[in-house]
Amino acid sequence: MEVIKRIFEELAEGEADKIELLTQEALRLGLAPEIILREGLIAGMNTIGERFKRGDLFIPEVILAARAMQTGMNILKPRLVQTGIKPLGRIIIGTVKGDLHDIGKNLVAMMLEGAGFEIIDLGIDTAPERFVQEVKDKKPHILAMSALLTTTLSMMKNTLECLKGEGLKDTVKVMVGGAPLTQKYADEIGADGYAPDAVSAIAKARELLNLR
Amino acid sequence: MVIVGEKINSSNKKVASALEKRDAEYIMKLAREQAEAGADYIDVNAGIFVDQEAELLGWLVKTVQSHVAKPCCIDSPNPDALEKALEVHHGQAMINSITGEKERQQKLIPLVKYHQAKVIALCLGEKGIPETADERVQIAGAIIDLLQQEGIPLHDIYIDPLVQPIATTPSAARVALEVIEKVLRLYPEVHTICGISNVSYGLPTRKFINAGFLTMAMARGLDAAILDPGDPLILSSLLASDALTGGDSYGLKYIAAFRKGKIK
Repeated sequence: MEVIKRIFEELAEGEADKIELLTQEALRLGLAPEIILREGLIAGMNTIGERFKRGDLFIPEVILAARAMQTGMNILKPRLVQTGIKPLGRIIIGTVKGDLHDIGKNLVAMMLEGAGFEIIDLGIDTAPERFVQEVKDKKPHILAMSALLTTTLSMMKNTLECLKGEGLKDTVKVMVGGAPLTQKYADEIGADGYAPDAVSAIAKARELLNLR
Repeated sequence: MVIVGEKINSSNKKVASALEKRDAEYIMKLAREQAEAGADYIDVNAGIFVDQEAELLGWLVKTVQSHVAKPCCIDSPNPDALEKALEVHHGQAMINSITGEKERQQKLIPLVKYHQAKVIALCLGEKGIPETADERVQIAGAIIDLLQQEGIPLHDIYIDPLVQPIATTPSAARVALEVIEKVLRLYPEVHTICGISNVSYGLPTRKFINAGFLTMAMARGLDAAILDPGDPLILSSLLASDALTGGDSYGLKYIAAFRKGKIK
C-alpha cells in the first residue's frame, strides 16, 4: 500500500509524470484499480480540496493536482470499465450560451471526476436547447451550468425554463456556479443547488444525490 | 496616467445591496473616496441587475455626479442601459466597452458618436478572447479602423488588451504586455487601458502581483488603468512608474502625493 500513499502525497505536488508512473506501478503490483482510484487519487484530491478551502493551497496548485489526477484516471479508466465499477452519478456540465469562460468549469469538471462522478462536458457557449437535448439523450443525474458574466446569467434561467417546458425538470438536479452567482440568484431561477467554488461543488453534487 | 476607480461595481456584494436599497450615501462615499485618492473617472456598473440595469445605471451616474465633479466610466455591454446613463451624464463620459463583435459595435457606435464619449475597446472577437497577442492586436486594429471611419478621434479610444489570471493562464500577463506594446507601435495616438486586479486572481497577497503588473504595463506604454486608487501600494506603484516612464516629469506628482501622505 506504500505506492497508494505516495500517490496520495505526490498529488499535491501536481507532477503529472510522477502520478502516471506511480499509477502504473500500483497496477503492476496487482492493486485493484478501484482501490488506487479511491484511496490514492480521490482521497488525494479530497485532501487537496480541503487544503484549498483552508487557504493552504492556491488555485494553480489545485489545477496542476487535478491535471495530475486526470493522467492517473486515464490509466485506470479502461480497467475500471472492465471491472464494472459504477461512477457515483452522471453529470452533464457546460458553460452557458454567449459565455466563453472555461477555466472554472474545467476545474469543477476535473474535481467532480476526481470525486468519482462520470462527466460529460459540453464545453462553452452551450445553448439551452443543447443542454435539454443532452439531458434527454444521456439521462444524467445532475446538470451543472457555469456562467462568468453578469450578461449571461440569464441563460441559466432560460435553460431551466426549457427543461420545464420539455417536462424534464424533475428528472435531473440542476446545479449552477460562476463568479457573479449567488445562492439567492440560484434560488430565484429555481436551481437545485449552488456552489461558490470547485470544492464545494463536490459536496453539493453528493448532497443533491443523497450520497453521504 | 488616467485612473478609473473600479469600486462601484455590482459584483461586489456591498455595492449590490446598496443598489437594491438605493443607498445613495454609500455610493457617494465610494465616489468621494476614489476621487480624493486620485481617480479621474468613476466606474459605474449595475450588471447583475439584469432587468433593472438601465434604471440603476442612470441612478448611479446621477448619484455619483451629484457628489463629485468627475466623469463616469459607464460599464455595460447593454445599449439601453448605456443610453439611459449617458442621457443623465455631465461632461465627457467613458463607455466601457465595445469589442470586435459586430452586433455590439452596431448598437454602441451611434451612442459613442452622439454623446462624443471616450470608448474602451476590448481585444475580444466573435470567438472570444484570442490566445495570442497578434490575434488580439488584429482585433484592436480592426476596431480602431472602424471607429476612425465613424469619425471618432483616436485620442478618445482606449484599447484594453484583456489580462486573464496568471493562476489559470500562465502566459496571460506576458500576452497582455505584448498587446499594449504592439498596439501602440501601430497606433501611437490611441490610449491603452487595463483592469489591473484580474491578473492576480487565485494567488495569495494579490496586491504585489497587481503592483508588479501595473509597473510592467506602464513600462510598455499603458496610460490608463482601472483599479482601486485607495490601495496605497497600487497608488504608490502607479505614481512611481509614472515618474519613471516620464508621464510625471521631475516626479512632481510623486512629490505632491508624498506630501499628502499617499506614498506608502
